[in-house]
Amino acid sequence: MTFPASVPSIVHNRIRRFDDSHTIERYVAEGGYEALRKALTSMTPEQVHEEVKTSNLTGRGGAGFPAGNKWGLLPPDVFPRYVVVNGDESEPGTFKDRELMERDPHQLVEGALICAYAVRATRVFLYVRGEMALAQERVGQALVDAYARNFVGNDIMGTGWSMDVVLHWGAGAYIVGEETALIESLEGKRAFPRIKPPFFPAAKGLYYKPTIVNNVETLSNLPWIVTNGGAAFAAMGGGRSTGTRIESLSGHVKRPGNYEIEQHNTTFRDLIFDPALGAGMRSDVPLKMFIPGGASAPWLFPEHLDTKIDGDEAAKLGTMLGSGAVVVMDESTCSVRAAWNIVHFFAHESCGQCTPCREGTTWLERILWRIETGSGREEDLDLLLDVSDNISVGLGWPPKQTTICPLGPSAASPILSSVPHFRDEYLVHVKEGGCPHGR
Amino acid sequence: MPRLTAENVARCEALMARYPQPRSALIPMLHVLQEQDGHLSNDGMRHLAELLDVTPAEVLGTASFYEMFKRDETGRYLIGVCAGISCMILGAHQLIEHAEETLGIRAGATTADGMFTLERMECLAACGGAPCFQANYRYFENVTHEDFDRTIADLRAGVLDDIVPPHGTLSRVVLPKAQTDPQRVTPEEVRQTS
Ligand SMILES: Cc1cc2nc3c(=O)[nH]c(=O)nc-3n(C[C@H](O)[C@H](O)[C@H](O)COP(=O)(O)O)c2cc1C
Ligand code: SF4
Ligand code: FES
Repeated sequence: MTFPASVPSIVHNRIRRFDDSHTIERYVAEGGYEALRKALTSMTPEQVHEEVKTSNLTGRGGAGFPAGNKWGLLPPDVFPRYVVVNGDESEPGTFKDRELMERDPHQLVEGALICAYAVRATRVFLYVRGEMALAQERVGQALVDAYARNFVGNDIMGTGWSMDVVLHWGAGAYIVGEETALIESLEGKRAFPRIKPPFFPAAKGLYYKPTIVNNVETLSNLPWIVTNGGAAFAAMGGGRSTGTRIESLSGHVKRPGNYEIEQHNTTFRDLIFDPALGAGMRSDVPLKMFIPGGASAPWLFPEHLDTKIDGDEAAKLGTMLGSGAVVVMDESTCSVRAAWNIVHFFAHESCGQCTPCREGTTWLERILWRIETGSGREEDLDLLLDVSDNISVGLGWPPKQTTICPLGPSAASPILSSVPHFRDEYLVHVKEGGCPHGR
Repeated sequence: MPRLTAENVARCEALMARYPQPRSALIPMLHVLQEQDGHLSNDGMRHLAELLDVTPAEVLGTASFYEMFKRDETGRYLIGVCAGISCMILGAHQLIEHAEETLGIRAGATTADGMFTLERMECLAACGGAPCFQANYRYFENVTHEDFDRTIADLRAGVLDDIVPPHGTLSRVVLPKAQTDPQRVTPEEVRQTS
């Protein structure tokens, strides 16, 4: 794939240029682990933390919380404390972390080590989604090689600083991606989210010890930030959306894929239509809607194409950039079926602890399915909104939470997006006894 | 039904040594067991419970939560076709029907010769390559119906053995030993801080 030079490149820097970007030879030849050396030999943990604060790097896992601020929430002088890397990527539409783990695992390991140094962690755990066998093997091999060259382990590069990185195999459950569920899972239990407060990971995380959970992409930015300085990162983008981020683009576009774009200075139109990015609609069927930030995010429509890819701009439209997944759907897509697919996902993945989520998602799925297959009633449209309102009171975004974690309220997103916007299409389903799109 | 072999007990002990609490190794240990037998037997899970000094019910409680763990005999190849949103709008449902026809089974079932189990999966994080499927969690992207049939034939013929090990083998990399003190955190200590 060819990329225009004008598009900035931080975390995709090597992936773009080399087929062997996953090897230690390539990584070291490209200056790998030099950022770690710089941090360990010429910076205090506080100075590293300060650079990350200056960069205004925000979490790329979904919630968008500034990483430097999160690290600042650790209670001082409480040890042991841990860094947990969230590599459970399973938000529908998202496939960027997998690529980062498969194609540049050393960048992630180096980023995790830098984080561990900055927060004075005792140990790093790298939780990788179970269904990603290649990522498991690539990250595993990266660790083997990094230990062999003393980039990980005892007395790293002779600096006197020691750190272990433990790769952990997941086993298939979307809810593990939620940080407190991830911690439970890492303790060998079912992945039931914990209630916050009191279980904010920074205060009471793994084994109820202070814990920093960060996403794969978030941490992959750290080597660059240490090398080039937080200010250089903050100089890209604008507002509170600094630096670059990866957008996972899929659906009805000519060139689906992961694209590293400059935040704030790129619009959704650029992402979907630029010849070097999505290159426009597949089969040239017009755009009907797009999901701007993973299946949890409320949808956007053609009139929103000129919106900047910027967290605050998305929030103004009542949605989010979330996990950076953009799913593009053309006019051939049935909005009822699309909503059903996403609600079905959340119903399937609900951990079952909270009644509004467990029961509500199941009801929503059934109602959508009967509309799609021709047994729907006109009252079902209001029923959908009513049930949604019981899971996500007031149907706003970000949702008011009635549940332990945000999974339940997220299931209402496709309903609050599609029912008002495509009311006529829903009614056609009801009146004509099923989906007019065929299948 | 078999317990873990001595070699796999050693692998499990190495896993347990990596965590401040051995129980944290339970999910990786279940993968070791599943690699050994292709699925999780009750005897095997009892053996894990002994190693970790927890009850068999606790092991089962964890195992049953996660979709990759199979308590029933599973085909040599677990074929998981993605039905997530990006794949659905690019023909996933048709691909699943086609897979059912090719394999002669419904999603959820195993072929009579024990070669293939077919599953409908949620998003596999390969949406840019929709529609897609996995064989034992190894990816096949942008697949046509013909591609699917060819892959099944190749798996049957054993020509993909290097890429796709038998069901249960998640990673073939032997992970490095930790070098620093794990600083054990006892369950009692956890209870006090909670
Ligand atoms: C239901 C649910 C699923 C989530 N899945 C993921 C995931 O797969 N990967 C991820 O990094 N974060 C996921 N998150 C967000 C995490 O809880 C957490 O905010 C994130 O890992 C923190 O890292 P960051 O600040 O670097 O983004 C999920 C959150 C929820 C509520
Ligand atoms: S909202 Fe749903 S997924 Fe989250 S804790 Fe409650 S039941 Fe589980
Ligand atoms: S929707 Fe199929 S891989 Fe994501």
